[in-house]
Amino acid sequence: MARPLVATEPSRSSTVDAAVETPRRRCQLGRRRALLGWLYATPTAAMVGLFFLVPLVLVGWMSLHRWPLLGEPKLNFPDNYTGAADNDLIRDAAWFTAKYTVVITVLLFVLAFALALLVQRRRRGVGFFRTAFILPMAVGFASASLLFLGMLSDEIGPVNKFLASLGLIDGYTSWTSGSPNSALGSAVLLVLWRFAGFMMLILLTGLQAIPVELYEAARVDGASRWQTFRQITLPLMRPTIALVLTLMITGSLLAFDQFWILTRGGPDNSTTSLVMVIYREAFVRLDLGSAAGISMLLLLVLVVFNVVQFAVLRRRSS
Amino acid sequence: MRTRAALAVLVLGLATACGSDSGGGSDGPVTLTLWTRAATEAVSKAYAEAYNKTHDNKVEVTAFPNEEYPAKLASSARSLPDLFAADVVFAPQYASQGLWLDVTDRFQGLDVKDKVAPAHVKAGTWEDRNYAVPHTIDMSVMLYNKDLYTQAGLDPNKPPATLTEFAEHARAIDKLGGDVNGTYFGGNCGGCVEFTFWPSVWAAGGAVLDDDGQNATIDSPEMAEVFALYRQLYEEGVAAPASKDEAGPTWLGALQNGKIGIAPGPSVWLGLIEEQSDVDMGVAPIPGIDGGESTFVGGDAIGIGATSENADAAWDFLAWTMSDEAQVEVIAKNKGVPTRTDLAENKYSAEDPRIVTINSLMAKGETPYARNFNASFNDPQSPWLETVRGALFGEADKALSDGNSAITESLQQGS
Repeated sequence: MARPLVATEPSRSSTVDAAVETPRRRCQLGRRRALLGWLYATPTAAMVGLFFLVPLVLVGWMSLHRWPLLGEPKLNFPDNYTGAADNDLIRDAAWFTAKYTVVITVLLFVLAFALALLVQRRRRGVGFFRTAFILPMAVGFASASLLFLGMLSDEIGPVNKFLASLGLIDGYTSWTSGSPNSALGSAVLLVLWRFAGFMMLILLTGLQAIPVELYEAARVDGASRWQTFRQITLPLMRPTIALVLTLMITGSLLAFDQFWILTRGGPDNSTTSLVMVIYREAFVRLDLGSAAGISMLLLLVLVVFNVVQFAVLRRRSS
Repeated sequence: MRTRAALAVLVLGLATACGSDSGGGSDGPVTLTLWTRAATEAVSKAYAEAYNKTHDNKVEVTAFPNEEYPAKLASSARSLPDLFAADVVFAPQYASQGLWLDVTDRFQGLDVKDKVAPAHVKAGTWEDRNYAVPHTIDMSVMLYNKDLYTQAGLDPNKPPATLTEFAEHARAIDKLGGDVNGTYFGGNCGGCVEFTFWPSVWAAGGAVLDDDGQNATIDSPEMAEVFALYRQLYEEGVAAPASKDEAGPTWLGALQNGKIGIAPGPSVWLGLIEEQSDVDMGVAPIPGIDGGESTFVGGDAIGIGATSENADAAWDFLAWTMSDEAQVEVIAKNKGVPTRTDLAENKYSAEDPRIVTINSLMAKGETPYARNFNASFNDPQSPWLETVRGALFGEADKALSDGNSAITESLQQGS
């Protein structure tokens, strides 16, 4: 953003200097400036266009059609959308995804914030803990899911053997598919382990951006720790919190890997997320139109959440 | 076959000698790409290796993880490999979507066409046209641990002739106690249950689907009886408790540890079980409640990718895989089931009478046929898995009748 300004600076001063400048020349300069702006924006615009706008329009277009893998698509609007409304699996998956989003957002936020507060100040050993908390990010999410599947397996995993030695469980126990709650619990545990450090990092940058003087002033005024947290930390953290919540909510609404690998959506479809249904429509039923329709509906929900987030951010900056 | 290949070599040689530089690559030897799933990789590679040794054209095999393979195919529909194999139960879906080239004329011109696994050929047929031929065969059989049979006082040479007898044997072995369990099944895996339970339904004269794969008939008394028997074995603790959650990945492992008395499973696991643990396994057909026998003829079918530019070369490979040479020297030699009914007994099968038992089952078995098979039965979110769970661990009657309508609806979707 800064470079175009620098580049156009001389032309502006020359316009001021020379009153004899013809309007034509001024117009040319303006055009050159605009062209330059366009040029600078082109790489980003091309990327956004190619990898976001084109697929988005294509998915929207697909959602209006019966779209076979090979051969000509046929317009069938609004079948893909009415079909989604009639589908029990989608209804259950939407409900589950919403429930999961609430559970994860609350737990992950509390955990990440607690970790961030814990390692906020510079003191001995804090670097070790910061590194330890962020380290799970180094494992790919799919690999992490497989890792948990192995660890929690009654057949090959160490977790059950350890719990049995403590006398906490007796005999065969399946965490990932024994009951709906334990299946959800194991996925939640995985996500907390994998993402708490990353969310902590974002919150930490927010915390460290708060000027120390404010805390000092609060201390001088005799504010308690809780009051400082309520009156200074929280309000100044609002944009960061909004960002973190948006990331968490968007990520949870798009949950796939953890359930696909860890629970396969079971037991009894109790952990089937919306993206898994989209996957099933596209790659099992080979109904690309229907998959596109559900994707558009999910996108709508995501847009609503993001609008809310922007509203919160704007309120802050004004 | 050989003379044709020799002729082709000669022609190719001449073309090269004349310095033909016409380009296009259609005249010279071609490298055919073949995609398959991990489960079939070994067989596909064995075929390719033997073919590459004796042919100018080469076949290059790429395998994909089992679960991701259907998605890989769907997302590559416009740039398919020259050849691709698929789980035989998915064949009608791929044929109906036009992912395979129509090979009707080529197949009908094959000398051995009437001896090629009929259930597989039917699965690769859509609206009376042939799209796929058998690639590998895997059938469901009863696998039993002869050592545990002896320990439990049962005759290891007398496997159960009825499903009721199977349950009695399982109970007797379960009484050995300790880590030993009578039986095992994949109670959270639609594909495992259809593969192992349906033969008992067929053996009793029942059906699972109508001929067009448009209507389910799983609410039959035959199906209810089979589920009731396995349910009881689970409730009594004769079936290992992990049977309830077995979604497929640890199924083989459970049979390999040598602690299960008798269980229905894939015939191709016979070798895998014996090489892992030092147990002597017996093989028997899967019986019906009161007798009879049947099997689920599974495995993979293969066809020519609809977008392939090397259809002739690809067919040459497919025709070769169905030849005596390939079936005996590649498949039978590696203890596989020949895709040809007339080769059930061959010079290699004679070495192991269990192989003859397996091979001879092919003619009695079935491969269910439905365009929407994957979505209705195999997928973890399928109505069939919901039915299975209900029938084994929930309200059985309701599960079967509700499931029947849900599956029928799923089968008819998109038609």
